[in-house]
Amino acid sequence: MKVEQLSVFIENRPGGLEEVTRILKEGGINIRTLSLADTSDFGILRLIVNDVNKASQLLKENGFRVSRTQVVAVEVPDRPGGLHSILEVLSREKINVEYLYAFVERSGENAVIIFRFDNLEAAIDVLQKNHFTILKGEKLYSL
Amino acid sequence: MIYNEEFETLPREALEALQLKRLQQVVMRAYHTVGFYKRSFDRAGIKPDDIKSLNDLPKLPFTTKQDLRDNYPFGMFAVPMSSIVRLHASSGTTGRPTVVGYTQRDIDTWSELMARCFVAAGVTKTDIIHNAYAYGLFTGGLGMHYGAERLGASVIPISGGNTKRQILILQDFGPTVICCTPSYALNLAEQGRAMGVDMASLRLRVGIFGAEPWSEEMRRQIENELNISALNIYGLSEIMGPGVAMECAEGREGMHIFEDHFIVETIDPETGAVLSPGEKGELVFTTLTKEAFPLIRYRTRDISRLIVTPCRCGRTHVRMDRVMGRSDDMIIIRGVNIFPSQIEAILLDIEELEPHYQIIVDREENLDTLEIQVEVSEKTFDQADEVKVLQSLERRIQRDIKDYLGVTARVKLVEPRTLQRTEGKARRVIDKRRIMS
Repeated sequence: MKVEQLSVFIENRPGGLEEVTRILKEGGINIRTLSLADTSDFGILRLIVNDVNKASQLLKENGFRVSRTQVVAVEVPDRPGGLHSILEVLSREKINVEYLYAFVERSGENAVIIFRFDNLEAAIDVLQKNHFTILKGEKLYSL
Repeated sequence: MIYNEEFETLPREALEALQLKRLQQVVMRAYHTVGFYKRSFDRAGIKPDDIKSLNDLPKLPFTTKQDLRDNYPFGMFAVPMSSIVRLHASSGTTGRPTVVGYTQRDIDTWSELMARCFVAAGVTKTDIIHNAYAYGLFTGGLGMHYGAERLGASVIPISGGNTKRQILILQDFGPTVICCTPSYALNLAEQGRAMGVDMASLRLRVGIFGAEPWSEEMRRQIENELNISALNIYGLSEIMGPGVAMECAEGREGMHIFEDHFIVETIDPETGAVLSPGEKGELVFTTLTKEAFPLIRYRTRDISRLIVTPCRCGRTHVRMDRVMGRSDDMIIIRGVNIFPSQIEAILLDIEELEPHYQIIVDREENLDTLEIQVEVSEKTFDQADEVKVLQSLERRIQRDIKDYLGVTARVKLVEPRTLQRTEGKARRVIDKRRIMS
Protein backbone atom coordinates (compact mmCIF):
# COMPACT_ATOMS: atom_id res chain seq x y z
CA MET A 1 0.00 0.00 0.00
CA LYS A 2 3.00 2.25 0.48
CA VAL A 3 5.29 3.65 -2.14
CA GLU A 4 8.93 4.50 -1.60
CA GLN A 5 9.95 7.98 -2.51
CA LEU A 6 13.50 9.32 -2.73
CA SER A 7 14.26 12.74 -1.31
CA VAL A 8 17.44 14.53 -2.31
CA PHE A 9 18.85 17.63 -0.62
CA ILE A 10 19.95 20.18 -3.20
CA GLU A 11 21.50 23.59 -2.63
CA ASN A 12 20.10 26.45 -4.63
CA ARG A 13 22.86 26.84 -7.19
CA PRO A 14 23.04 26.62 -10.94
CA GLY A 15 23.54 23.03 -12.03
CA GLY A 16 22.42 21.46 -8.77
CA LEU A 17 19.39 19.78 -10.24
CA GLU A 18 21.18 18.92 -13.47
CA GLU A 19 23.73 16.90 -11.52
CA VAL A 20 21.00 14.71 -10.06
CA THR A 21 19.28 14.10 -13.38
CA ARG A 22 22.60 13.34 -15.06
CA ILE A 23 23.49 10.73 -12.45
CA LEU A 24 20.07 9.13 -12.87
CA LYS A 25 20.31 9.22 -16.66
CA GLU A 26 23.73 7.60 -16.64
CA GLY A 27 22.41 4.92 -14.28
CA GLY A 28 19.47 4.19 -16.57
CA ILE A 29 16.97 5.32 -13.96
CA ASN A 30 13.55 6.36 -15.17
CA ILE A 31 11.76 9.07 -13.24
CA ARG A 32 8.02 8.42 -12.84
CA THR A 33 7.20 11.74 -11.25
CA LEU A 34 8.85 14.36 -9.15
CA SER A 35 8.35 17.52 -7.18
CA LEU A 36 10.71 20.16 -5.88
CA ALA A 37 10.16 22.03 -2.62
CA ASP A 38 12.36 25.06 -2.41
CA THR A 39 13.50 27.80 -0.02
CA SER A 40 15.87 30.66 -0.71
CA ASP A 41 18.87 28.47 0.19
CA PHE A 42 18.03 24.89 -0.58
CA GLY A 43 15.51 22.59 -2.14
CA ILE A 44 14.28 19.07 -1.55
CA LEU A 45 13.78 17.07 -4.71
CA ARG A 46 11.29 14.25 -4.28
CA LEU A 47 11.27 11.48 -6.82
CA ILE A 48 9.39 8.33 -7.64
CA VAL A 49 11.68 6.20 -9.81
CA ASN A 50 11.61 2.77 -11.38
CA ASP A 51 14.50 1.47 -9.21
CA VAL A 52 14.64 3.04 -5.74
CA ASN A 53 17.60 1.03 -4.45
CA LYS A 54 19.82 1.71 -7.41
CA ALA A 55 18.91 5.40 -7.63
CA SER A 56 19.52 5.89 -3.92
CA GLN A 57 22.90 4.16 -4.10
CA LEU A 58 24.02 6.13 -7.15
CA LEU A 59 23.14 9.47 -5.59
CA LYS A 60 24.79 8.59 -2.28
CA GLU A 61 27.95 7.51 -4.10
CA ASN A 62 28.02 10.92 -5.70
CA GLY A 63 27.87 12.63 -2.35
CA PHE A 64 24.22 13.59 -2.14
CA ARG A 65 22.16 13.41 1.00
CA VAL A 66 19.34 11.04 0.16
CA SER A 67 16.51 9.75 2.28
CA ARG A 68 13.72 7.32 1.58
CA THR A 69 10.22 8.17 2.62
CA GLN A 70 7.00 6.22 2.54
CA VAL A 71 4.24 7.90 0.61
CA VAL A 72 0.81 6.85 -0.65
CA ALA A 73 -0.24 6.94 -4.31
CA VAL A 74 -3.96 7.33 -4.92
CA GLU A 75 -5.55 6.94 -8.34
CA VAL A 76 -8.53 9.12 -9.20
CA PRO A 77 -10.39 9.78 -12.45
CA ASP A 78 -8.88 12.75 -14.26
CA ARG A 79 -11.89 15.04 -14.13
CA PRO A 80 -13.07 18.07 -12.11
CA GLY A 81 -13.42 17.16 -8.44
CA GLY A 82 -11.04 14.21 -8.62
CA LEU A 83 -8.55 15.54 -6.07
CA HIS A 84 -11.30 17.18 -4.06
CA SER A 85 -13.05 13.88 -3.48
CA ILE A 86 -9.98 12.61 -1.61
CA LEU A 87 -9.31 15.80 0.34
CA GLU A 88 -12.94 15.98 1.42
CA VAL A 89 -12.65 12.61 3.10
CA LEU A 90 -9.26 13.36 4.62
CA SER A 91 -10.51 16.64 5.99
CA ARG A 92 -13.56 15.03 7.54
CA GLU A 93 -11.39 12.37 9.19
CA LYS A 94 -8.86 15.00 10.32
CA ILE A 95 -5.96 13.43 8.46
CA ASN A 96 -3.10 15.89 7.99
CA VAL A 97 -1.36 16.09 4.61
CA GLU A 98 2.32 17.06 4.79
CA TYR A 99 2.65 17.56 1.06
CA LEU A 100 1.39 16.16 -2.23
CA TYR A 101 2.08 16.19 -5.94
CA ALA A 102 0.40 14.57 -8.91
CA PHE A 103 0.71 13.35 -12.47
CA VAL A 104 -1.61 12.05 -15.15
CA GLU A 105 -1.28 8.46 -16.30
CA ARG A 106 -0.29 7.68 -19.85
CA SER A 107 -3.80 6.60 -20.81
CA GLY A 108 -5.02 10.06 -19.84
CA GLU A 109 -7.98 8.68 -17.93
CA ASN A 110 -6.59 8.72 -14.43
CA ALA A 111 -4.48 10.98 -12.29
CA VAL A 112 -2.17 9.71 -9.58
CA ILE A 113 -1.77 11.80 -6.45
CA ILE A 114 1.27 11.18 -4.25
CA PHE A 115 0.56 11.98 -0.60
CA ARG A 116 2.86 12.31 2.35
CA PHE A 117 0.97 11.96 5.66
CA ASP A 118 2.29 12.32 9.19
CA ASN A 119 0.14 9.35 10.17
CA LEU A 120 0.48 6.95 7.29
CA GLU A 121 -1.45 3.99 8.68
CA ALA A 122 -4.49 6.03 9.68
CA ALA A 123 -4.54 7.67 6.25
CA ILE A 124 -4.43 4.36 4.40
CA ASP A 125 -7.17 3.06 6.61
CA VAL A 126 -9.43 6.01 5.84
CA LEU A 127 -8.72 5.87 2.09
CA GLN A 128 -9.47 2.16 1.92
CA LYS A 129 -12.70 2.48 3.87
CA ASN A 130 -13.80 5.10 1.39
CA HIS A 131 -12.95 2.84 -1.55
CA PHE A 132 -10.18 4.86 -3.10
CA THR A 133 -7.71 3.07 -5.36
CA ILE A 134 -4.32 2.95 -3.69
CA LEU A 135 -1.55 1.97 -6.06
CA LYS A 136 1.05 -0.55 -5.00
CA GLY A 137 4.68 0.42 -5.31
CA GLU A 138 5.48 -2.15 -8.00
CA LYS A 139 2.61 -0.91 -10.11
CA LEU A 140 3.71 2.69 -9.83
CA TYR A 141 7.41 2.06 -10.48
CA SER A 142 6.56 0.29 -13.72
CA LEU A 143 3.77 2.56 -14.98
CA MET B 1 46.97 68.75 22.66
CA ILE B 2 48.10 66.62 25.59
CA TYR B 3 45.96 65.72 28.61
CA ASN B 4 48.71 64.70 31.02
CA GLU B 5 51.69 66.70 29.83
CA GLU B 6 53.95 65.46 32.62
CA PHE B 7 53.56 61.73 32.04
CA GLU B 8 52.89 61.69 28.31
CA THR B 9 56.08 63.59 27.49
CA LEU B 10 58.32 62.10 30.15
CA PRO B 11 61.89 61.81 28.82
CA ARG B 12 62.62 58.17 27.88
CA GLU B 13 65.14 57.72 30.68
CA ALA B 14 62.72 58.88 33.35
CA LEU B 15 59.90 56.89 31.72
CA GLU B 16 61.96 53.71 31.79
CA ALA B 17 62.96 54.28 35.40
CA LEU B 18 59.27 54.68 36.27
CA GLN B 19 58.44 51.53 34.29
CA LEU B 20 61.07 49.50 36.14
CA LYS B 21 59.87 50.66 39.55
CA ARG B 22 56.26 49.86 38.65
CA LEU B 23 57.20 46.54 37.03
CA GLN B 24 59.01 45.39 40.15
CA GLN B 25 55.98 46.31 42.24
CA VAL B 26 53.44 44.59 40.02
CA VAL B 27 55.53 41.43 39.68
CA MET B 28 55.95 41.24 43.43
CA ARG B 29 52.25 41.80 44.02
CA ALA B 30 51.14 39.33 41.33
CA TYR B 31 53.46 36.66 42.70
CA HIS B 32 52.19 36.98 46.23
CA THR B 33 48.48 37.47 45.60
CA VAL B 34 47.60 35.42 42.49
CA GLY B 35 48.13 31.66 42.75
CA PHE B 36 48.54 31.37 39.00
CA TYR B 37 51.54 33.72 38.90
CA LYS B 38 53.26 32.00 41.83
CA ARG B 39 52.94 28.63 40.10
CA SER B 40 53.92 30.04 36.74
CA PHE B 41 57.01 31.89 38.05
CA ASP B 42 58.07 28.93 40.21
CA ARG B 43 57.83 26.61 37.22
CA ALA B 44 60.03 29.00 35.25
CA GLY B 45 62.43 29.21 38.18
CA ILE B 46 62.19 32.95 38.57
CA LYS B 47 61.59 35.12 41.61
CA PRO B 48 60.25 38.69 41.65
CA ASP B 49 63.65 39.83 42.97
CA ASP B 50 65.29 38.65 39.74
CA ILE B 51 63.78 41.62 37.90
CA LYS B 52 66.59 44.13 38.27
CA SER B 53 66.21 45.95 34.97
CA LEU B 54 63.69 46.19 32.15
CA ASN B 55 65.94 43.79 30.22
CA ASP B 56 64.96 41.09 32.71
CA LEU B 57 61.32 41.21 31.58
CA PRO B 58 61.71 38.39 29.00
CA LYS B 59 62.71 36.06 31.84
CA LEU B 60 59.09 36.10 33.02
CA PRO B 61 56.73 33.52 31.55
CA PHE B 62 53.93 34.55 29.20
CA THR B 63 50.29 34.65 30.22
CA THR B 64 47.80 33.42 27.62
CA LYS B 65 44.07 33.58 27.02
CA GLN B 66 43.94 29.90 27.98
CA ASP B 67 45.42 30.77 31.39
CA LEU B 68 42.58 33.25 31.87
CA ARG B 69 40.03 30.61 30.87
CA ASP B 70 41.59 28.08 33.23
CA ASN B 71 41.16 30.53 36.09
CA TYR B 72 37.56 31.40 35.26
CA PRO B 73 35.87 33.38 36.65
CA PHE B 74 37.86 35.23 39.32
CA GLY B 75 41.05 33.18 39.72
CA MET B 76 43.30 35.88 38.26
CA PHE B 77 42.07 38.63 40.59
CA ALA B 78 44.74 40.09 42.86
CA VAL B 79 42.31 41.73 45.29
CA PRO B 80 39.29 40.45 47.23
CA MET B 81 35.86 40.98 45.69
CA SER B 82 35.15 43.67 48.30
CA SER B 83 37.74 45.86 46.54
CA ILE B 84 36.28 45.24 43.07
CA VAL B 85 33.87 47.90 41.83
CA ARG B 86 33.27 46.69 38.27
CA LEU B 87 33.30 43.50 36.21
CA HIS B 88 33.53 43.25 32.43
CA ALA B 89 33.72 40.16 30.24
CA SER B 90 34.41 39.13 26.69
CA SER B 91 32.06 36.85 24.81
CA GLY B 92 32.54 33.20 25.63
CA THR B 93 31.39 29.93 24.21
CA THR B 94 28.91 27.90 26.26
CA GLY B 95 29.26 30.11 29.33
CA ARG B 96 33.00 30.72 29.60
CA PRO B 97 33.86 34.31 28.85
CA THR B 98 37.04 36.01 30.03
CA VAL B 99 36.18 38.02 33.12
CA VAL B 100 38.09 41.11 34.18
CA GLY B 101 37.71 43.15 37.38
CA TYR B 102 38.53 46.73 38.32
CA THR B 103 39.16 48.48 41.63
CA GLN B 104 38.10 52.10 42.02
CA ARG B 105 41.68 53.13 41.27
CA ASP B 106 41.69 50.97 38.13
CA ILE B 107 38.53 52.75 36.93
CA ASP B 108 40.21 56.09 37.70
CA THR B 109 43.31 55.11 35.71
CA TRP B 110 41.22 53.84 32.82
CA SER B 111 39.17 57.06 32.82
CA GLU B 112 42.33 59.12 32.71
CA LEU B 113 43.82 57.09 29.85
CA MET B 114 40.59 57.42 27.89
CA ALA B 115 40.60 61.18 28.60
CA ARG B 116 44.16 61.24 27.21
CA CYS B 117 42.83 59.51 24.07
CA PHE B 118 40.10 62.11 23.56
CA VAL B 119 42.55 64.96 23.98
CA ALA B 120 45.03 63.31 21.62
CA ALA B 121 42.21 63.33 19.05
CA GLY B 122 41.68 67.06 19.62
CA VAL B 123 38.56 66.69 21.75
CA THR B 124 37.90 69.22 24.54
CA LYS B 125 35.38 69.59 27.35
CA THR B 126 33.18 71.72 25.11
CA ASP B 127 32.57 68.77 22.77
CA ILE B 128 29.47 66.59 22.65
CA ILE B 129 30.41 62.91 22.26
CA HIS B 130 28.10 60.45 20.49
CA ASN B 131 29.21 57.15 22.03
CA ALA B 132 27.89 54.33 19.85
CA TYR B 133 30.04 51.60 21.39
CA ALA B 134 27.90 48.97 23.11
CA TYR B 135 27.33 49.50 26.82
CA GLY B 136 27.40 46.38 28.95
CA LEU B 137 29.86 43.62 29.63
CA PHE B 138 31.85 44.76 26.59
CA THR B 139 34.40 47.37 27.71
CA GLY B 140 33.87 49.72 24.75
CA GLY B 141 30.80 51.66 25.85
CA LEU B 142 31.59 52.31 29.51
CA GLY B 143 35.32 52.78 28.90
CA MET B 144 34.68 55.60 26.45
CA HIS B 145 31.94 57.00 28.64
CA TYR B 146 34.06 57.39 31.77
CA GLY B 147 36.89 58.96 29.78
CA ALA B 148 34.54 61.49 28.23
CA GLU B 149 33.14 62.40 31.65
CA ARG B 150 36.64 62.67 33.10
CA LEU B 151 37.45 65.15 30.37
CA GLY B 152 34.27 67.02 31.16
CA ALA B 153 32.73 66.65 27.72
CA SER B 154 29.01 65.92 27.25
CA VAL B 155 28.29 62.27 26.49
CA ILE B 156 25.36 60.84 24.58
CA PRO B 157 25.31 57.19 25.74
CA ILE B 158 23.51 56.00 22.62
CA SER B 159 25.19 52.54 22.63
CA GLY B 160 24.97 50.30 19.55
CA GLY B 161 22.08 49.57 17.20
CA ASN B 162 18.91 51.39 16.20
CA THR B 163 20.64 53.22 13.38
CA LYS B 164 17.70 55.40 12.38
CA ARG B 165 17.43 56.84 15.86
CA GLN B 166 21.20 57.40 15.88
CA ILE B 167 20.91 59.47 12.73
CA LEU B 168 18.08 61.52 14.20
CA ILE B 169 20.21 62.25 17.28
CA LEU B 170 23.25 63.08 15.14
CA GLN B 171 21.08 65.69 13.42
CA ASP B 172 19.21 67.06 16.42
CA PHE B 173 21.73 66.90 19.31
CA GLY B 174 24.61 68.03 17.11
CA PRO B 175 27.40 65.92 18.59
CA THR B 176 30.88 66.95 17.46
CA VAL B 177 32.61 63.63 18.21
CA ILE B 178 31.58 60.11 17.35
CA CYS B 179 32.95 56.86 18.81
CA CYS B 180 32.11 53.47 17.27
CA THR B 181 33.59 50.71 15.14
CA PRO B 182 34.84 52.00 11.77
CA SER B 183 32.45 49.76 9.87
CA TYR B 184 29.53 51.13 11.86
CA ALA B 185 30.62 54.67 10.99
CA LEU B 186 30.37 53.79 7.31
CA ASN B 187 27.07 52.08 7.87
CA LEU B 188 25.71 55.20 9.60
CA ALA B 189 26.90 57.32 6.68
CA GLU B 190 25.17 55.06 4.23
CA GLN B 191 21.89 54.78 6.13
CA GLY B 192 21.90 58.54 6.64
CA ARG B 193 22.27 59.10 2.92
CA ALA B 194 19.44 56.67 2.29
CA MET B 195 17.29 58.73 4.64
CA GLY B 196 18.14 61.86 2.66
CA VAL B 197 20.43 63.33 5.32
CA ASP B 198 23.52 65.25 4.21
CA MET B 199 25.95 63.43 6.50
CA ALA B 200 28.87 65.67 5.60
CA SER B 201 27.10 68.74 6.96
CA LEU B 202 26.47 67.38 10.47
CA ARG B 203 28.40 69.08 13.29
CA LEU B 204 30.67 66.04 13.68
CA ARG B 205 34.35 66.90 13.38
CA VAL B 206 36.22 63.98 15.03
CA GLY B 207 35.71 60.22 15.03
CA ILE B 208 37.47 57.72 17.29
CA PHE B 209 37.27 54.25 15.84
CA GLY B 210 38.48 50.86 17.00
CA ALA B 211 37.57 47.36 18.22
CA GLU B 212 38.10 45.92 14.74
CA PRO B 213 40.78 46.07 12.05
CA TRP B 214 40.48 48.78 9.42
CA SER B 215 42.62 50.36 6.74
CA GLU B 216 43.88 53.72 5.51
CA GLU B 217 41.43 53.39 2.66
CA MET B 218 38.54 53.05 5.09
CA ARG B 219 39.87 56.07 6.96
CA ARG B 220 39.74 58.18 3.78
CA GLN B 221 36.25 56.96 3.03
CA ILE B 222 34.94 57.74 6.53
CA GLU B 223 36.63 61.15 6.52
CA ASN B 224 35.09 62.01 3.16
CA GLU B 225 31.61 60.80 3.88
CA LEU B 226 31.27 62.28 7.36
CA ASN B 227 33.61 65.23 6.84
CA ILE B 228 35.56 64.45 10.01
CA SER B 229 39.06 63.57 11.18
CA ALA B 230 39.06 59.79 11.83
CA LEU B 231 41.52 58.38 14.37
CA ASN B 232 42.43 54.89 15.48
CA ILE B 233 42.21 53.60 19.05
CA TYR B 234 43.44 50.31 20.49
CA GLY B 235 42.58 48.30 23.53
CA LEU B 236 41.44 44.94 24.75
CA SER B 237 39.43 44.01 27.78
CA GLU B 238 42.11 41.79 29.28
CA ILE B 239 44.57 44.68 29.40
CA MET B 240 41.98 47.30 30.35
CA GLY B 241 39.59 48.07 27.52
CA PRO B 242 39.77 50.88 24.97
CA GLY B 243 42.50 53.39 25.71
CA VAL B 244 45.60 51.22 25.81
CA ALA B 245 46.92 53.12 22.78
CA MET B 246 45.68 56.08 20.76
CA GLU B 247 46.62 57.81 17.55
CA CYS B 248 47.33 61.54 17.88
CA ALA B 249 45.75 64.09 15.57
CA GLU B 250 49.17 65.60 14.88
CA GLY B 251 50.94 62.41 13.79
CA ARG B 252 48.12 60.25 12.43
CA GLU B 253 50.60 57.44 12.11
CA GLY B 254 50.49 54.73 14.73
CA MET B 255 48.93 54.74 18.18
CA HIS B 256 50.83 55.91 21.27
CA ILE B 257 50.88 53.19 23.90
CA PHE B 258 50.55 54.72 27.37
CA GLU B 259 53.87 53.43 28.55
CA ASP B 260 53.62 54.80 32.07
CA HIS B 261 50.89 52.17 32.57
CA PHE B 262 51.85 49.39 30.15
CA ILE B 263 55.02 47.78 28.85
CA VAL B 264 54.76 46.48 25.31
CA GLU B 265 56.93 43.89 23.58
CA THR B 266 56.70 42.30 20.15
CA ILE B 267 57.50 38.61 19.91
CA ASP B 268 57.80 35.94 17.27
CA PRO B 269 54.47 34.10 17.73
CA GLU B 270 56.10 30.77 16.87
CA THR B 271 59.17 30.85 19.12
CA GLY B 272 58.20 33.47 21.68
CA ALA B 273 61.50 35.28 21.09
CA VAL B 274 61.44 39.02 21.67
CA LEU B 275 61.86 40.99 18.44
CA SER B 276 63.65 44.27 18.06
CA PRO B 277 61.44 47.35 17.86
CA GLY B 278 60.08 47.88 14.35
CA GLU B 279 59.87 44.18 13.52
CA LYS B 280 56.41 42.82 12.83
CA GLY B 281 55.24 40.39 15.51
CA GLU B 282 52.71 39.59 18.20
CA LEU B 283 52.07 42.28 20.78
CA VAL B 284 52.68 41.31 24.40
CA PHE B 285 51.54 43.61 27.21
CA THR B 286 52.40 43.89 30.88
CA THR B 287 50.17 46.10 32.99
CA LEU B 288 52.12 48.30 35.40
CA THR B 289 49.46 49.86 37.56
CA LYS B 290 46.38 47.66 37.48
CA GLU B 291 45.35 46.51 40.95
CA ALA B 292 42.54 44.05 40.40
CA PHE B 293 43.71 42.25 37.30
CA PRO B 294 47.47 42.58 36.77
CA LEU B 295 48.70 40.86 33.64
CA ILE B 296 52.30 39.87 33.17
CA ARG B 297 53.47 39.42 29.58
CA TYR B 298 49.99 38.81 28.17
CA ARG B 299 50.00 37.48 24.63
CA THR B 300 47.38 39.48 22.73
CA ARG B 301 47.63 37.47 19.48
CA ASP B 302 47.42 40.80 17.67
CA ILE B 303 50.10 41.22 15.02
CA SER B 304 51.59 44.68 14.61
CA ARG B 305 54.90 46.51 14.84
CA LEU B 306 56.28 49.23 17.08
CA ILE B 307 57.30 52.67 15.86
CA VAL B 308 60.07 54.09 18.04
CA THR B 309 60.90 57.24 16.12
CA PRO B 310 59.84 60.44 17.93
CA CYS B 311 56.40 61.79 17.08
CA ARG B 312 55.77 65.39 16.12
CA CYS B 313 53.08 65.65 18.81
CA GLY B 314 55.73 65.66 21.54
CA ARG B 315 54.65 62.47 23.28
CA THR B 316 57.60 60.27 24.15
CA HIS B 317 55.51 57.08 24.25
CA VAL B 318 56.21 54.42 21.63
CA ARG B 319 53.62 53.93 18.91
CA MET B 320 52.11 50.74 17.50
CA ASP B 321 51.06 50.36 13.91
CA ARG B 322 47.57 49.29 12.89
CA VAL B 323 46.81 45.70 13.89
CA MET B 324 47.71 43.74 10.77
CA GLY B 325 46.30 40.37 11.71
CA ARG B 326 46.08 37.68 14.35
CA SER B 327 48.39 34.88 15.33
CA ASP B 328 45.39 32.70 16.12
CA ASP B 329 42.10 32.02 14.34
CA MET B 330 40.05 34.65 16.13
CA ILE B 331 37.73 36.63 13.89
CA ILE B 332 36.20 39.98 14.70
CA ILE B 333 32.61 40.52 13.55
CA ARG B 334 31.18 43.97 14.09
CA GLY B 335 33.54 44.43 17.04
CA VAL B 336 32.70 41.05 18.62
CA ASN B 337 35.52 38.54 19.00
CA ILE B 338 34.70 35.03 17.88
CA PHE B 339 36.70 31.84 17.70
CA PRO B 340 35.71 29.08 15.25
CA SER B 341 35.86 26.65 18.19
CA GLN B 342 32.96 28.54 19.80
CA ILE B 343 30.83 28.03 16.72
CA GLU B 344 31.84 24.39 16.60
CA ALA B 345 30.84 23.91 20.24
CA ILE B 346 27.41 25.36 19.49
CA LEU B 347 26.92 23.08 16.47
CA LEU B 348 28.02 20.00 18.37
CA ASP B 349 25.52 20.81 21.09
CA ILE B 350 22.79 20.20 18.54
CA GLU B 351 22.32 16.48 18.43
CA GLU B 352 21.53 16.04 14.76
CA LEU B 353 24.61 17.83 13.50
CA GLU B 354 28.09 16.75 12.57
CA PRO B 355 30.98 19.17 12.85
CA HIS B 356 31.19 19.82 9.13
CA TYR B 357 30.89 23.54 8.77
CA GLN B 358 32.50 26.56 7.27
CA ILE B 359 32.48 30.16 8.44
CA ILE B 360 32.31 32.83 5.79
CA VAL B 361 33.03 36.39 6.79
CA ASP B 362 32.35 39.20 4.38
CA ARG B 363 31.51 42.87 4.39
CA GLU B 364 28.33 44.02 2.70
CA GLU B 365 27.39 47.67 2.63
CA ASN B 366 30.15 48.26 5.16
CA LEU B 367 28.76 45.85 7.71
CA ASP B 368 30.46 42.59 8.57
CA THR B 369 28.42 39.56 7.71
CA LEU B 370 28.83 36.12 9.20
CA GLU B 371 27.56 33.09 7.34
CA ILE B 372 27.73 29.61 8.79
CA GLN B 373 27.44 26.84 6.24
CA VAL B 374 26.55 23.55 7.84
CA GLU B 375 26.44 20.25 6.01
CA VAL B 376 23.15 18.42 6.23
CA SER B 377 23.96 15.23 8.08
CA GLU B 378 22.56 11.86 7.17
CA LYS B 379 20.83 11.75 10.51
CA THR B 380 19.06 15.06 9.98
CA PHE B 381 17.90 14.24 6.52
CA ASP B 382 16.86 10.71 7.38
CA GLN B 383 14.57 11.97 10.10
CA ALA B 384 12.84 14.50 7.95
CA ASP B 385 12.71 15.33 4.30
CA GLU B 386 10.55 18.33 5.01
CA VAL B 387 11.47 21.93 4.39
CA LYS B 388 10.00 23.12 7.67
CA VAL B 389 12.15 20.75 9.72
CA LEU B 390 15.36 21.85 8.00
CA GLN B 391 14.40 25.50 8.28
CA SER B 392 13.69 25.16 11.98
CA LEU B 393 17.14 23.61 12.36
CA GLU B 394 18.66 26.65 10.61
CA ARG B 395 16.75 28.95 12.93
CA ARG B 396 17.86 27.02 15.98
CA ILE B 397 21.53 27.30 15.02
CA GLN B 398 21.07 30.99 14.36
CA ARG B 399 19.37 31.52 17.72
CA ASP B 400 22.07 29.62 19.63
CA ILE B 401 24.83 31.65 17.98
CA LYS B 402 23.01 34.87 18.85
CA ASP B 403 22.43 33.73 22.44
CA TYR B 404 25.96 32.54 23.14
CA LEU B 405 28.08 34.86 21.01
CA GLY B 406 25.87 37.91 20.60
CA VAL B 407 26.12 38.15 16.83
CA THR B 408 23.57 37.51 14.16
CA ALA B 409 24.69 34.90 11.67
CA ARG B 410 23.15 33.74 8.44
CA VAL B 411 22.89 29.97 8.66
CA LYS B 412 22.80 27.95 5.50
CA LEU B 413 22.46 24.20 5.20
CA VAL B 414 24.61 22.83 2.40
CA GLU B 415 25.14 19.55 0.61
CA PRO B 416 27.82 17.28 2.02
CA ARG B 417 31.17 17.43 0.23
CA THR B 418 30.64 21.07 -0.74
CA LEU B 419 32.91 22.22 2.06
CA GLN B 420 36.57 22.16 1.19
CA ARG B 421 38.63 19.59 2.96
CA THR B 422 42.35 19.94 2.55
CA GLU B 423 44.44 16.97 3.63
CA GLY B 424 41.54 15.77 5.71
CA LYS B 425 41.44 19.01 7.63
CA ALA B 426 38.71 21.45 6.77
CA ARG B 427 39.42 25.08 6.10
CA ARG B 428 37.06 26.54 8.66
CA VAL B 429 37.14 30.24 8.02
CA ILE B 430 36.98 32.11 4.76
CA ASP B 431 37.41 35.82 5.31
CA LYS B 432 36.44 37.71 2.19
CA ARG B 433 36.85 41.13 3.73
CA ARG B 434 39.60 43.20 2.22
CA ILE B 435 40.53 45.29 5.19
CA MET B 436 44.26 45.77 5.02
CA SER B 437 45.30 47.96 2.16
